[in-house]
Amino acid sequence: MIASRSADVFAALQTGRIPCRHWREVIALLAVSELSKKFPGLEVLSGFSLTVPRNGFTALVGPSGCGKSTFFDLLTGVVPKDGGRIQWLGEALDHLGGVAAYMQQKDLLLPWLPLLDNALLPVRVGRGGKRQGAGAEKALALFRRLGLEGFEDYIPGKVSGGMRQRCALVRTLMFERELVLLDEPLSALDAITRRSLHAVLLLLQSEFKKTLLMITHDVEEALLLADEIVVLTQAPMRIRERFRLSSIKPRKITDPDLMRMKEHILEELQEESSL
Amino acid sequence: MKRSRLVSLALILGMLAVWEGYCRVFRIPDFILPTPSEILLTTVTRTGLLAPHAAVTALEIVLGIVLSLLVAIPLAVMMFSHPSVEEALSPFLVASQSIPVFALAPLLVIWLGYGIASKVLMAAIIIFFPITVSLLEGFKNCGAEYVVLFRLMGAGFWTRLRLLYWPWALPYFFAGLKVGVTVATIGAVIGEWVGSQQGLGYLMIQSNARLRVDMVFAAILWLSLMGLGMWKLVNILERKVIRWK
Repeated sequence: MIASRSADVFAALQTGRIPCRHWREVIALLAVSELSKKFPGLEVLSGFSLTVPRNGFTALVGPSGCGKSTFFDLLTGVVPKDGGRIQWLGEALDHLGGVAAYMQQKDLLLPWLPLLDNALLPVRVGRGGKRQGAGAEKALALFRRLGLEGFEDYIPGKVSGGMRQRCALVRTLMFERELVLLDEPLSALDAITRRSLHAVLLLLQSEFKKTLLMITHDVEEALLLADEIVVLTQAPMRIRERFRLSSIKPRKITDPDLMRMKEHILEELQEESSL
Repeated sequence: MKRSRLVSLALILGMLAVWEGYCRVFRIPDFILPTPSEILLTTVTRTGLLAPHAAVTALEIVLGIVLSLLVAIPLAVMMFSHPSVEEALSPFLVASQSIPVFALAPLLVIWLGYGIASKVLMAAIIIFFPITVSLLEGFKNCGAEYVVLFRLMGAGFWTRLRLLYWPWALPYFFAGLKVGVTVATIGAVIGEWVGSQQGLGYLMIQSNARLRVDMVFAAILWLSLMGLGMWKLVNILERKVIRWK
């Protein structure tokens, strides 16, 4: 079946300079099994399973309308699941509302709050809404780290889209949650800004030890950032193929292995879209 | 001065000039239609009489606004947090708006007396509906993704209300308040017409009976200036509160 088509790509990776770790060795932070969801007239998920290793960067790519966003809605608890299990470090949970941070295409900053207050929102909510000094040091350090220093008192309307998204990232980090769900976090940004934010996303994994699960339309982005790429089928969504990437980051898209992989994934996606 | 301002000023002056000329040329008696210059003269020279009445009416309006806010804000929050409450109440709310305030005024005066209370209630009844509706609309308009974000942060309803829904609804609230303050004068003045011992409405009725039409106009002028002033005040407040737009 599909596996045979990707065998050559896999071989390329395994015989290459970089040794490929076996994915089973890594501890699963999140294990989703047999997840299902039906909307009237449309079966979005039926028996979908996925494991996300701790401190890994997993990217989900799939044709539009395949159910990726519904999958995230089930994970975050926005939409109740029909069936299946969500396990967090072996413990069954209804949804990840209490354990995951979430970031999406829209920065979702509150337009009336200065950037620093926006970033501190998770801390403030945790204290029942009271504005307190706690967390400010950490947020300020992150502002410095992400190049937002000096813009703490600006309201979101006064800064660029890239800066707003950086601020949303700081806010995500202020959640103090190990798993970060990213729903096309950079797709609203221009190419140059996106590039600089790739580095920031990698920082989340390497420096802040977060586990990242990202939905993206951008195959290149997935290839540059992820440790594992999961290619999804048209709804009802299933895993068509998964790739481990173990080359050292930051990567360059001009890497021949990556280019071949990109070609292969795009072909698969095209096939799925035309179904 | 801006061009549009100049045009509106010219329009007003033109209208007043036509009015003045008409009265003078056709020798219209004072007790039917006084000239603008006479009205202006009365307005200025009889300030001593007008001001205390205006103060009473202003107090009624302000208290009416405060009262309506005290009802409208909790009501909008309750209707927002419990959709069943909204479903149950909205027919009554809409029905209450189709009853002419004029019909209620005599009853309120019977129940609450000739004092200030009946007028305050009249003003409040008129204002509370636009404020409740616009505030509720503002709450409902809050972006669903923001609500999800706040839920993920573990925010309960009251935290969300404080940090998200309320600031989000503020522009809507001010839109309602602006409508409210301008129509509040109607409630207070009708209340005064029906039965009172002071206020600009009372002054109008009294002057009308004595054919002091110039005084009626002077009272109307004061009323509209008061309405304009309150509108301005709300606008200034809005700009102070909503800095992000």
